[in-house]
Amino acid sequence: MNDKPEKLIDKKGVRLDGRKADELRPVKVQVGVLPNADGSAYIEHGKNKILVGVFGPREVHPKHLSMSDRMVIKCRYHMAPFSVQERKSPAPSRREVELSKVIRESLEPSVFVDLYPRTGIDVFIEVLQADGGTRCAAITAASLAIADAGIPLRDLVVACAAGKIDDTVVLDLYDAEDKLGMADVPVAYMPNLNAVTLLQMDGVLAPEEFETAVNMAVEGCKKIYLVQKEALRTKYMTTVVKEEAEE
Amino acid sequence: MPTFFEKKQLVTPGELLAEGDYQPGENTYMEENRIYAQRIGLVDAENKRVNVVALRAFYVPKVGDIVIGTVIEVGFNGWTVDIKAPYTAMLRASDVLSRPFKPQNDELSQVLNAGDLIVAKIASYDRAHDPQLTVGEPGLGKITRGQIMRVTPTKVPRVIGRKGSMISNIKQETGCQIILGVNGVILVTGKNTADEELAMMAIRKIEEESHTSGLTDRITQLLKEEKSKMEENKT
Amino acid sequence: MSTVLTRVKQKQIAQLIDAGKRLDGRGLTDHREFTIEEGLIERAEGSARIRLGKTDVLVGVKIETGEPFPDTPNDGVLTVNAELVPLASPNFEPGPPDENSIELARIVDRGIRESKAVDTEKLCIEPGKKVFVVFVDVYILNHDGNLIDAAALAAVSALINAKMPNYEIEDGEVKIKTGYSPLPLKSHPITVTMAKINDKLIVDPWIEEEQVMDARISIAINDEGNICAIQKGGAGFFSPQKILEASKLAQEKAVELRKKLGW
Repeated sequence: MNDKPEKLIDKKGVRLDGRKADELRPVKVQVGVLPNADGSAYIEHGKNKILVGVFGPREVHPKHLSMSDRMVIKCRYHMAPFSVQERKSPAPSRREVELSKVIRESLEPSVFVDLYPRTGIDVFIEVLQADGGTRCAAITAASLAIADAGIPLRDLVVACAAGKIDDTVVLDLYDAEDKLGMADVPVAYMPNLNAVTLLQMDGVLAPEEFETAVNMAVEGCKKIYLVQKEALRTKYMTTVVKEEAEE
Repeated sequence: MPTFFEKKQLVTPGELLAEGDYQPGENTYMEENRIYAQRIGLVDAENKRVNVVALRAFYVPKVGDIVIGTVIEVGFNGWTVDIKAPYTAMLRASDVLSRPFKPQNDELSQVLNAGDLIVAKIASYDRAHDPQLTVGEPGLGKITRGQIMRVTPTKVPRVIGRKGSMISNIKQETGCQIILGVNGVILVTGKNTADEELAMMAIRKIEEESHTSGLTDRITQLLKEEKSKMEENKT
Repeated sequence: MSTVLTRVKQKQIAQLIDAGKRLDGRGLTDHREFTIEEGLIERAEGSARIRLGKTDVLVGVKIETGEPFPDTPNDGVLTVNAELVPLASPNFEPGPPDENSIELARIVDRGIRESKAVDTEKLCIEPGKKVFVVFVDVYILNHDGNLIDAAALAAVSALINAKMPNYEIEDGEVKIKTGYSPLPLKSHPITVTMAKINDKLIVDPWIEEEQVMDARISIAINDEGNICAIQKGGAGFFSPQKILEASKLAQEKAVELRKKLGW
């Protein structure tokens, strides 16, 4: 096994990857990258590389899964076999099944499901490379893909995790910190509505530490939200120029 | 009572547009007394009504819309038609056949088969039922010639232009017949493929540059230039 | 065929909650009465059955020997599985575990694992070669709401009840001796699930309250009062303030339950 580092964060508050406690990894997003999908987005969050395609609203098959008064949201979180250190079998693992569910539940509050009864949207998340915090990066991209599909939303959903390494609460753990750290708290958030739509925690945290972690994660979310909005503006701004009076 | 945007500003879903004495218009929603955007688009207010012109939206059927669709299935008493909407549409046999319909005798696939294109009108549609189509009016029915292209439905009004100016120019310059489905599917029928491609290129350009000004003139200019090139190549 | 709550009932539940009451007369933060029976399945190394109101969950613990995971050669193995047995609800269908049973198993697992309830180091027989493998199987017998807390409480009770065979190593071979020892436990985590209805938090939701709620949050607390697992569920949301409110409430209820259970 690899030798475990002595400390994950040193006395000066610098982490193994050079970041400070409340520093995010770099985030880059692109919208509208898959020509065949109704909406799509690609995100690089630290070393995470995740692609999301959205189809719909469209009729639900099999029909008995459709709901007469609202839209159904289906979500599949899946990791490519080459996305992790040790090749992962392509068959869905229990973790992927759970994540598919919690990610769906994080996106659903943002969608106006009552507007299009008897239809469904499919959200397909493919993790091409994983380095800790994939569910958060996936949610950030998935929400953009849903907006890119022209589906009406209450707000974009953005996600970020906080956690504890050694004795310090830090923002945005990468894989090594998640594995060797004391706790991980992923949070998904709709900033304009101050609504947390995903919250999980594993590890051990004193209640005050948990409060610090949640607040830190929410602040991280707000920063990534700006990146999301910018990505949408970039895609749709290229054809928009201030309109003058027409002849 | 404030608004939080400039005229025609690009807004994203969830962005706060106004607070107080305003009404939520297109692609917006209201929470308590605040109005937020639902889609990516350009925001504007008209008489206290805040609207967002969506830059990205799918087609939602409305009774009376002319649409172009593809037959996907021949059923027992009609056809299922893909109109590029969240719901598939139905065209009843009784609507197409001018005489009473006998399931045993009439072979529906002879009339319309899977893969056929039709121009139709939305006859009925509501929350509980899929849209029903009709082809019982002049100009509607099976498409036999021409080329099909798709634009995002929000751009169709731009292709039409103010008082139809844009679409008339294209028709004039290319000599093509153009049917614009409200669902973003467009049929271009010309005397030859070169004319049809010219018209299609112009429409694609409109979709790309839809929010620039002076577009109608530029398109007309472009069409004239291309046509003279075509004439030169002929001689 | 899912049972749909009538609009009238939905309204009734919501109105009562606004007035601080629930359909069965409980206060918003009261648990239902519950009883736990231990050791009822003799074939299993440990077992416990909880009746939380009408929710009925049976957990069996089987202990076998096996190989440790390569990255934890000195630790025993703990695995949790849950089965939403079809007889427990008209909505449960036979077949491989669906997302609900997988989520349930993983939440119960997290509470036990992160609190280090089972002292996995003491389960090591021969480092790198042989360890005890503890199988915790959650069997839902009747679903009347709050499967998470019922399953979690029954699982820990079953672990408390569980016994490991005594053994000795002779010539590099593991020989089982007579007699049993209790499974070595370091913590007794308690999970508290709260549903949000009309912006109020209600503890231990009953099935009809679950059908009306817009979201739920489950928080597992260890013996020291620290949080060791959290899972938000449902298609709704919580404000950050509401989450901290839930955290405080969970801590209070955990203390209450710990006293009641004697853990």
